[in-house]
Amino acid sequence: MAGEVPNLEASKLTALVVDDNFVNQSVHHKLLDRLGIKNDVVSNGQEAVDVHCSGRNYDLILMDMDMPIMNGIQATRRLREMGIESKIAGVTTRAEEEEVKEFMEAGLNDFQEKPLTISKLVSILHNLELYVQT
Amino acid sequence: MQRQVALIKQSLFDQGYLDEQFMELEELQDDVNPNFVEEVATLYFKDSARLINSIDQALERGSFDFNRLDNYMHQFKGSSSSIGASKVKTECTMFREYCRVGNAEGCLMTFQQVKKEHATLRKKLEHYFQASQ
Repeated sequence: MAGEVPNLEASKLTALVVDDNFVNQSVHHKLLDRLGIKNDVVSNGQEAVDVHCSGRNYDLILMDMDMPIMNGIQATRRLREMGIESKIAGVTTRAEEEEVKEFMEAGLNDFQEKPLTISKLVSILHNLELYVQT
Repeated sequence: MQRQVALIKQSLFDQGYLDEQFMELEELQDDVNPNFVEEVATLYFKDSARLINSIDQALERGSFDFNRLDNYMHQFKGSSSSIGASKVKTECTMFREYCRVGNAEGCLMTFQQVKKEHATLRKKLEHYFQASQ
């Protein structure tokens, strides 16, 4: 991993990991932890919607595309319809142009191909203006 | 001992079993989670065993629902990619290609390779983690 890992604890950023895969949940949770970003984890788009309906809000949502019950595209659309203005970054192994386009059009602010790394996560935060390198 | 561990790890990379994603995971280990990589690996092998079982059962039934098989393998590939399991990931990709073109024989053949690489990686990582204790 090149470069220093920024510590964003003081920024008090919060994030939600939305992924049905246990390995990815664990890795993404730890990546965010390492950056000092408090985060919750849910297993599908429906749970992501439910957690927002319960009143929780996050600065950043890492949204997987393929999930059971409600996939990332559906969940992103639903969250935007609900008026959720959090930054949503799509994170998926699917990188066909058409699939990415559909995902972006659902309401994403950014997109990264899995597997996620610290560098990719910092890039997301930078693109979404949640982290400015000094 | 440290040197022995380093050599074991290097050979896993040199032989293509692992890629740089594994190193990314090792970078995440800290005092709070000193065994993070081993924990993720355990999670991976538990999850992938379940997927292997599901695919095995689907293939044994003679049921070539290529969409369903592809979905299982998509998950398997995703996990393999997240942990840096390079050879397993490659075989998963091959399997998905055969699913895409509806080639049952190709699926059966590649699935054997997926299982073989998965079992080999499991053994090698177990050895690595034991040596790292």
